[in-house]
Amino acid sequence: MELELTDEQVLFAGTTRRFLEDTCPLTGVRALADDPAGFDPAWWRQGAELGWTSLLVPEARGGGSVSGEGLIDATLVAEERGRLVAPGPLVPVSVVAGALAAVSSHDDVLADLLSGEQVAGWCYLEPGRPLGKVATNVRLEGERVVLSGAKAPVEAAGVAGHLLVVAAGDEGLTEVLVPAGTPGVTVTPRQGIDLVRRFATVTFDEVDLPATALVGQPGGAGYQVERQLQVATVLTLAETLGALAAVFEFTTQWAFDRYSFGRPLASYQELKHRFADMALWLEASRATTAAAARAVQDDAVEAAELVSVAASYVGEHAGELVQDCVQMHGGIGVTWDHDIHLYLRRVTLNAAVYGTVADHRRRLAALVGLV
Amino acid sequence: MGLDDVPAPEELEEYRARARAWLQASMPRLEDAPPIEEQDAPRLRDLIRRLNDGGYAGICFPTELGGAGLSRYHHRAFLEEAREYELPIHVGNPGLSIIAPPILEFGTPEQRQHIAAMLRGDEIFVQMMSEPSGGSDMAGALTRADKDGDVWILNGSKIWSSGAWRSDWGLVLVRTDWSVPKHRGLSMVLLDLSLPGVTVNRIKMVNGAEEFCQEFFSDVVIPPECILGEPNDGWTVASRLLFHERDAVGGGSPYAFTRPSSAQAGAERDLARLAERSGVAGQPRVAELLGEAHANDVVSRQLIARVTDGIARGDLAPIAGSLLRLNIGVNVVRRAVIGMEIAGTDAVTWEDEDRSLHAAEQYLFRQALSIGGGTVEMQRNLISERLLGMPREPAPDRDTPFSEVRRNG
Repeated sequence: MELELTDEQVLFAGTTRRFLEDTCPLTGVRALADDPAGFDPAWWRQGAELGWTSLLVPEARGGGSVSGEGLIDATLVAEERGRLVAPGPLVPVSVVAGALAAVSSHDDVLADLLSGEQVAGWCYLEPGRPLGKVATNVRLEGERVVLSGAKAPVEAAGVAGHLLVVAAGDEGLTEVLVPAGTPGVTVTPRQGIDLVRRFATVTFDEVDLPATALVGQPGGAGYQVERQLQVATVLTLAETLGALAAVFEFTTQWAFDRYSFGRPLASYQELKHRFADMALWLEASRATTAAAARAVQDDAVEAAELVSVAASYVGEHAGELVQDCVQMHGGIGVTWDHDIHLYLRRVTLNAAVYGTVADHRRRLAALVGLV
Repeated sequence: MGLDDVPAPEELEEYRARARAWLQASMPRLEDAPPIEEQDAPRLRDLIRRLNDGGYAGICFPTELGGAGLSRYHHRAFLEEAREYELPIHVGNPGLSIIAPPILEFGTPEQRQHIAAMLRGDEIFVQMMSEPSGGSDMAGALTRADKDGDVWILNGSKIWSSGAWRSDWGLVLVRTDWSVPKHRGLSMVLLDLSLPGVTVNRIKMVNGAEEFCQEFFSDVVIPPECILGEPNDGWTVASRLLFHERDAVGGGSPYAFTRPSSAQAGAERDLARLAERSGVAGQPRVAELLGEAHANDVVSRQLIARVTDGIARGDLAPIAGSLLRLNIGVNVVRRAVIGMEIAGTDAVTWEDEDRSLHAAEQYLFRQALSIGGGTVEMQRNLISERLLGMPREPAPDRDTPFSEVRRNG
């Protein structure tokens, strides 16, 4: 989606693309549809070796980026993943690794995330509550912290070694790193639209942890949580863009190759005009996602606004673009055997799983003072 | 410095700072300006002369014609700084943004002096392309110029020429040879509108504006030096003009004074005020509509930057400018609908005198930006055929002598 990349970035994206094509083509994605985790841990470790998990973590903490701009690099991985609707918990692992890198504790967990030995879940959204509303409660009791509440959807919670939980307490917004299997933590798998990305509802029933489980200061997580949402949203948007580009490419090719009434589909004005609209949506989606990624990379004051601008626009158009491409395919487009539904599943998931279009629009109206 | 050369960031910042200070000292604030449709010729001349004195009238035009010879990035920086100031929009558009570039490209040294005259405020230009017999099929022009000795005799009618009523000169697409296929018998004429036989009538639009005009030409005598480009090669010139028109309407022109679309941030404030007046402020659904309107405007700006930069660098084909033109049409339609949704009953009957709160006015006129400057359907043809390489629409008149083509009027 970036027009200008460094040679190193082009090489990095190419390496990720070849790795995904070799190790997890669409047949591989289909084969994982019944896998409880949705991905192979050994395969994830290989991705970690390619650098996927370390991009948002400074070198001093064991990470490292390609260009010095880790989030931009991470969008390249996300985009390549989108092209092949790849499995794996890139978003939660990136968010949690970035969060742990921002504090000076939890070195061991961070190291495991970087190597791919462990994955993590990011517990932010709550069932039945709009984006940004946190009711999950944290109490500080001497050297202990106690968590209560429910989170959903939480990506990769079923296989996560740790869960980073956003909670509210008397002090304000607070983050706690909860080891999987802690008494009082219940992970209930959810059904989902995507074939390989797994989500769960996680409940915390008076979960009692040492104060060392805190990530940052109690009540001091507001900035970090906003940043985490921005990172999660940008990576999700970049993944959607990769998916849209792939669908648009193979559907355009189909329109050239498919003949009816002795003419290619691409010669019908009604269809040409719809491709023109799709070309506009795709280019505008690239423009706004690149701008959001740039703002988050730079930690710019307008980052929150630009992230929600992009989520609003891309979220609205991504599903419509793929559905239009389904229509271009005719009957084959709504069969299980055609791959386009893998993409439709992914972009539809992405448009709702880290805030819906409506969530981001309300947030935007508030951010720029229109309400 | 070339149009597409990227200046050093410090240089651009310095330029921006100078422009900011100069604007503050020299230009009227937007809030004190009359509505844009009331910018008449004297006011436009005054505004462009002020800009010219400061060196900001023709930022991207060559210095020998009175321009500053700087890059599109300087131009964009200036417009961003000028967001709160009144600019001579109608000198910039179409004169400097749409008409001057083909004059620069195809004009003789004498014809190029029109650009200097535009920058000095001495000449306001209008383009005369469409005709009553058809808008999108521009190469099917019926207005004719017939050679009579040394001069040409002009007859016919043009329409949808914005601002002809306040203009001094026009650039007119005319047919000069009827015996060849339609694209090969056209010429472009630089027309002094004060010549005998030129009549300009204003057209009242559904929103009450009288910006568009229709012109009638009756045996207007045109000297030979007024043909821009070669006689009968007018379509080459016109195609370049249309390219710059798409750029200008889409927001990507490096010559226009059209404000960047973020200047419409004020328009979202209007929507928010509309919500308050209509008693729906604070409703989640209304917040979503306001957020959507804001997002669409920001995305338009981001798209303009991406496409113009991409074209400048050669990463995108110039025809990608059609994406911008299409986007504006689509965005304006959605914006008008959002206004109606927010206003509800107040959209159709109201008490306020405040025109910015008249959702109905924008709604009634909402298709205008999907029609003028090349319809969105034409843009969709261009995008699918030239950007995506899809087969062209059949055109039975393409290779037929124009005198034998079936046509209106």
